[in-house]
Amino acid sequence: MSHIPAELKYVNSHEWLRLEADGTVTIGITDHAQELLGDIVFVELPQVGDELAADATAGVVESVKAASDVYAPIAGEVVAVNEALVDAPELANTEPYGAAWFFRVKPADASVLDGLMTAEQYAKEIGV
Amino acid sequence: MTTKTTPLYESHLAANAKMVDFAGWLMPIHYGSQLKEHEIVRTDAGMFDVSHMCVLDIVGSEAKAFLRFLLANDVEKLSTEGKALYSGMLTPEGTVIDDLIVYLTHYGYRMVVNAGTADKDIAWMLKQAANFDVQLHVRRELAMIAIQGPNAIAKVCKVIHEDWEDAVNALNVFQGFPFGPVEDGWFIARTGYTGEDGLEIMLPSDEAAAFWQALLSVGIAPIGLGARDTLRLEAGMNLYGHDMDETISPLAAGMGWTIAWQPAERDFIGRAALEAERAAGVALKQVGLVLEGRGVLREGQIVAVAGVGQGVITSGTFSPTLKHSVAIARVPAATKDTDTVQVDLRGTLTDVRVVKMPFVRNGKKVFA
Repeated sequence: MSHIPAELKYVNSHEWLRLEADGTVTIGITDHAQELLGDIVFVELPQVGDELAADATAGVVESVKAASDVYAPIAGEVVAVNEALVDAPELANTEPYGAAWFFRVKPADASVLDGLMTAEQYAKEIGV
Repeated sequence: MTTKTTPLYESHLAANAKMVDFAGWLMPIHYGSQLKEHEIVRTDAGMFDVSHMCVLDIVGSEAKAFLRFLLANDVEKLSTEGKALYSGMLTPEGTVIDDLIVYLTHYGYRMVVNAGTADKDIAWMLKQAANFDVQLHVRRELAMIAIQGPNAIAKVCKVIHEDWEDAVNALNVFQGFPFGPVEDGWFIARTGYTGEDGLEIMLPSDEAAAFWQALLSVGIAPIGLGARDTLRLEAGMNLYGHDMDETISPLAAGMGWTIAWQPAERDFIGRAALEAERAAGVALKQVGLVLEGRGVLREGQIVAVAGVGQGVITSGTFSPTLKHSVAIARVPAATKDTDTVQVDLRGTLTDVRVVKMPFVRNGKKVFA
């Protein structure tokens, strides 16, 4: 059964978003996404300073089984990326909401988060 | 089509398997982590439910003549009882209907064919058998468990009938026998599909779950089809429907060594087509590909060989043993085993090395 933390926001391409105290937004892939992919062996991240449009490709997550794009759920400038995840991609399987965050953006407009799915809505979306 | 289950279906659920449809069978893809399962087979012992594969017994006064006509490899090579032979079964056009293993037994021959091709195989064999005094017995009542890894045989010996232990330890590679009365259904062979030592054990369906449980109790881990695929790919072994099928010649699929050209007077199905192909010059060949950098080679990706032409990846994956990607590809015959070729990896042309397979044997890297 997929874990879906209540305090996060979600999009239907299976990324989660967390609004931090400093106004930046941390983004990763959901537990459901890692379950679908299976053992993750490579992760590609955007670069700090990249200006991402909403729904733009921001990276790649590759498992033994398949490769999948990671999208920027909201527009913004990349302010941090998780280099530790590049060295230990298996973290995305074991700690999808913790150590395996992908990147952090300074949102162009933080209010768009309000329109994204809640945990409850995401649970319904993936049928759990 | 309804999905079929093996006699070990409940055992898989009890082991938290993720079940998927494979060739019409509900089978375990993994029991948590495909990478861990792969590692267990390379370093210790794991077991696979391969009961979806189809066992046939071939008997009758003309069983040998029938198989010498049916198969591209020659069962005449099976000089002593128990010996096994890997062969392609070909169309008259010289393409691959299936790949299989056939054992010489005291009552005739035993054959194991792929799950997804079993129905068409049986139909084809029955059609070809019409002119021979031969009977085909499909042994659907048998289950099959493959136990593979450096500790596989020692661990299996802890749970089998103690009178059988010496005979199991004495098995040569690619040899198998019925154990106990044939009608009881037990058959143990030192064969597999992983590049490791191990056994494939056929047994009555109603004894399969208890035997599986006994194997678990001596520390043999259940392994899913996901790891089965990465293990066989590292071992450079073909998978039917991916690396070859009815559109592909065995000569273009790395199966040239399985064609018994001698004796020249043996007529087998596909021989004339293969001889014509060989005389004209075989256009394609199978090679291994290695990508030491980031990214994973995948089935269907195009392989560009500078100055020669194009090929295609027929199986590709991340190699858990080597920690980088490996693939099997079909490329123009002029491609050299030392070439660097290019693969379009999600929009990026990436240099990839051509190597001679296999990639891994007995837990170790073997290509240069």
